Amino acid sequence: MHMFEYFDLSRQGLDLDSLSQEQVAIDVRDLTLTFGNKRALHHINMQVPKRHVTALIGPSGCGKSTLLSCFNRLNDLVPNCVVAGEVHINGRNIYHRKEEVALLRRQVGMVFQKPNPFPMSIYENLVYGLKIQGIKDRRTLDNAVEQSLRDVALWREVKDRLFESALTLSGGQQQRLVIARAIALQPEILLLDEPTSALDPISTLTIEELITQLKEKYTVLIVTHNMQQAARVSDFTAFLHQGHLIEYSDTDRLFTRPKEQQTEEYITGRYG
Amino acid sequence: MQQIKLNTHISGRFNLELENLRNSVLTMGGVVEQQLCDAISALRDNNRALAEKVMLNDLMVNNMEVQIDEECTRIIAKRHPAASDLRLVLAINKATVDIERIGDDVERIAKLIVKGNLPVSEDIKNGMIATGNHVMEMLRQTLNAFARMDADAALTIHIGDQEIDEQYKQLLTQAVAEMQQDIDALPQWLDILWAMRALERVGDRCKHVCEYIIYLVKGKDVRHISRQAMQEKMQEHR
Repeated sequence: MHMFEYFDLSRQGLDLDSLSQEQVAIDVRDLTLTFGNKRALHHINMQVPKRHVTALIGPSGCGKSTLLSCFNRLNDLVPNCVVAGEVHINGRNIYHRKEEVALLRRQVGMVFQKPNPFPMSIYENLVYGLKIQGIKDRRTLDNAVEQSLRDVALWREVKDRLFESALTLSGGQQQRLVIARAIALQPEILLLDEPTSALDPISTLTIEELITQLKEKYTVLIVTHNMQQAARVSDFTAFLHQGHLIEYSDTDRLFTRPKEQQTEEYITGRYG
Repeated sequence: MQQIKLNTHISGRFNLELENLRNSVLTMGGVVEQQLCDAISALRDNNRALAEKVMLNDLMVNNMEVQIDEECTRIIAKRHPAASDLRLVLAINKATVDIERIGDDVERIAKLIVKGNLPVSEDIKNGMIATGNHVMEMLRQTLNAFARMDADAALTIHIGDQEIDEQYKQLLTQAVAEMQQDIDALPQWLDILWAMRALERVGDRCKHVCEYIIYLVKGKDVRHISRQAMQEKMQEHR
């Protein structure tokens, strides 16, 4: 039965089961990943919607960071890592042998747990990737710096000290700088691996606020240990356990009426 | 179907908090049940002293509601309950409102007895006592279903409310007939009608609590839908 909606409450209306091709940013098809003889991901199938925030949650070692790094092929660097199955981004299987990894990583930016600015000025941090791409025009670079700093709400704080070392920034500012650095390359997808676990509560809230704004332009995937954070910032949540995707649904539902007993036990703090 | 397990959190304190919260609702329910029982005894025996005691005790029920509310707020703020825990806190939060109102309904019946001088026939009085006993049984079963988190029992109780509605209608018809013979006593009759209505309302409020039990156990909102739709919804897979 469908009830008439009286209030425009903050629900997002996308239905995971009926996404159209244009709404999908990442299409994971039967992805299995093994390190040596240890299987880290088992037959993962999921579609990550465009311009929404999707959170990956699960206990330590469940494979959520491994899954995240599959999306820009960071696991390629791990010895003995074998990937089977397909990951489609923009209609291309990124594990196809002809896929250019450098190009992929421009489209899919990544931010890690600990802020890792390069030991150079704020400005240089932001234009580093662009310069590697061969962009030298001063005005283009200046614009990219300002735009990406504005996107992460850091512009006002640092506009007068762009040529100071990035290491003089606070932890929260550094993390926003690193996100700005990823954004400067104009990626389509941003992967955030525990982006706030090294930050204080206020910086954490700033980043969370930033994440909800970023989804207007980017598809955001976030791995987090903090379930309340997943509940606060994400539109969709995937729960992984021992390399299996146990449940993937919209966050409102997952945190109020999960389908699976395992999800229930994990999000209510009964897992262990 | 998933089972609701209260005592299996990693945090022992959280277990204790939820368990205590649930127990306090059951205690509150127990007090209201006794109140209803006393009010009906007072009606049967025309016992004013007992009715006065019922009116006095309602203050306790009111305070219990406030206290349980505070605890729900505290748990939501500090524990961020999710899934079945969240549903438990919400269900309790709502159930206490209805249980407190049952207390108010019972008080209304007690007030009638304290005022005294009822113009009703033995027939109507017996009818009210019978409905009262029926409603009391419904409340008892509702609290049991809550204690056991038994959604199927809740559904059965919910459906059973029809009988109380029937009894209420019969009482009304009878009352109207007697009232017409006794126009002078109209003010007293109004009080009597209110008391009958209060009995019927207790049944409705039990029904609401049953809906919260189903929400708690099944995660399904079954308010404001037909009994048929309710049964179907309960069968659906989550």
